[in-house]
Amino acid sequence: MENKSIWKKITSSREVSLLIVLVILCALITIKTPSFLEWANISEILKNNATTMIMALGMLLVLLIGGIDISIGSTLAFSGMTIGIMYKYNHLSSTLLGFLIASGIGIACGLVIGLIIAYGKVSPIICTLGTMYVYRGFAYLVANDEWAGADALGTFKDFALKDFLGINSAVWITIICYVVFFIVMKWTKFGRNIYAVGSNEEAAEISGINVRLVKTCVYTIMGGLSGLTGALMTCVYASAQPNMATGKEMDVIAACVIGGVSMTGGRGSVAGALIGALILSVISKALPLVGIDALAQNTVKGIIIIAVIILNVVTQRMMDKAALEKREM
Amino acid sequence: MKKKLLSGLLCAAMVGSLFVGCGSSSDSAPADDGAAADTSAPAADSGEAETTTGGGAAGTYALVPKSAGNPFNEKEADGFTAAIEAMGGTAVVQYPESATADAQITVIQSLISQGVDSICVAANDENALQAVLEEAMDAGIKVCSVDSSVNKDSRAVHCNQAGVDEIGLALIDAVYDISGGEGQFAILSATSQATNQNAWIDSMKSYMESDSKYADLELVEVAYGDDESQKSTDQTQALLQKYPDLKVICSPTTVGIAAAAKVLQDQGSSVKLTGLGLPSEMAAYIGDGDDYSCPYMFLWNPIDLGALGAYTSVALVNGDITGAAGDTFSCELGDYTVVDAADGGTEIILGAPFKFDPSNIDEWKEVY
Repeated sequence: MENKSIWKKITSSREVSLLIVLVILCALITIKTPSFLEWANISEILKNNATTMIMALGMLLVLLIGGIDISIGSTLAFSGMTIGIMYKYNHLSSTLLGFLIASGIGIACGLVIGLIIAYGKVSPIICTLGTMYVYRGFAYLVANDEWAGADALGTFKDFALKDFLGINSAVWITIICYVVFFIVMKWTKFGRNIYAVGSNEEAAEISGINVRLVKTCVYTIMGGLSGLTGALMTCVYASAQPNMATGKEMDVIAACVIGGVSMTGGRGSVAGALIGALILSVISKALPLVGIDALAQNTVKGIIIIAVIILNVVTQRMMDKAALEKREM
Repeated sequence: MKKKLLSGLLCAAMVGSLFVGCGSSSDSAPADDGAAADTSAPAADSGEAETTTGGGAAGTYALVPKSAGNPFNEKEADGFTAAIEAMGGTAVVQYPESATADAQITVIQSLISQGVDSICVAANDENALQAVLEEAMDAGIKVCSVDSSVNKDSRAVHCNQAGVDEIGLALIDAVYDISGGEGQFAILSATSQATNQNAWIDSMKSYMESDSKYADLELVEVAYGDDESQKSTDQTQALLQKYPDLKVICSPTTVGIAAAAKVLQDQGSSVKLTGLGLPSEMAAYIGDGDDYSCPYMFLWNPIDLGALGAYTSVALVNGDITGAAGDTFSCELGDYTVVDAADGGTEIILGAPFKFDPSNIDEWKEVY
């Protein structure tokens, strides 16, 4: 009886089952490389994947309303490159201002996408396919054949080296973002509206939710987070290049999907996105570490992603079945 | 009504962006005007061109770089343009729309129809440009490649920034020097398919096998960072964790070396770094002592490379060289001889790679 209830608990929540996958993954890697679970290493993983983790939050919202945004890598590059060039030519010296400007550019980029999708009724993938090229083009125009390297970035790059209370500042930004989103998605009307729009757009509209406004807000938030990570990436790697984060959107979408966020909308949670991003980060960190042949690393990464998602779907089916049985009773 | 207004606005935006597009393309490439003006110019100048000995140039010489938006390609184009203009010719630099062979084919086709005298190309694919370049040569246009070569049937001659063996030797010697002659070292490359990087790494390996001087060096791993900062960082950290006795990392790629330099310098690691990198990206990491992760690194001079492409184009057009091995010509940069290349074609080698160390990095970081 006891056993059964634990089993039920595990299968009753996707997040818990994902957490178990993460723990098993970490355990396996630690057996091979004992230093894996040292704080210094964990801190490095979190810092190196802060970009993916933060953008996964925005993508969670976008996927929840049944949309998709594949232009986030370009938005990131555009905002990161812009402040990179501003630091290079001494138009900017304050670190805080750099983050604000980058986020502002991201918000503007996201707002345009949101307006086109919500009011222009353009399909999200087509709209963001276009903006992906437009914003990437902007990044090249701003860069004007130059990169901003460590030397040009001055004191800005020192931000990512600082620790507060033993935790790296880039990791702090990630933590703050997650706490804010957790609260917003769980306890605010805006959070519930997003789920409502994603579950059933017409029903949400009829019940008085301004669907267009919600959509515009969601894409604007996604843009803002991409801009923020643009600054963060420039800071962490002390380098801004117009082609930075090319293909990053796929990693972010993968993190969400691993975390159990549905591509058709309405289903997913902040905790899921977090665990999904963590699983992806642990995989990319561990693959070179445990001695998998360099040429096989991408293949192994793909296989692990598919395996986790299959597990996820199976858990979901069991949950649905259990819920159905309960109803029949 | 609203819809009509909207579609009207969209049309206006499209037309507007077309104009903007035209404006910018004629900025970066004065191709159309240049070619039109030149159809009359060669006729008037042809007599003069014959009398000028080596280096005289009248005509239109085109350069097709790999892609826009990269400081290296930009400097290469600057060097090309300056050299051509100094000789009295017209330089046409046309960037492809993206860093692909397809985009370069489009550009080359338009250059053929403009009737330029020569095309110098930094190829995004070794073989994909063959058809269009053969078409160019059939039309009497002299073709050479620079930086990244096209296959031997697609060119008269290739301008190599530095021979594969010169780079391999410079890198392995740097590892030997920095490690003190013995110990473990690792290589952080770009992608596993990168032609240039693989050739340099193979050359390093063959020097290690053939010369007993390097017998005490041990290459523990070749890691691939795919020219992404994030992945290169992961790979560098993994190297440090896996091999506690590692002494040197050699990264023959610009993104990889910058990412590795940052990891090593931030951690205050005793592991040192060398390889091929951009001076402006690496300036903060190059220095003597424990505070800096990179004692010195290499790259070629892109301005000189562009200029060599220019001198070679002019020499081909003037008939000073045909691209056969043994041909010689002299220019501002010095005397050059066409030699056999590893791929069966011929090439001109700019020289040994250029060394960037604490004494000259401040000067070079301003250049590119």
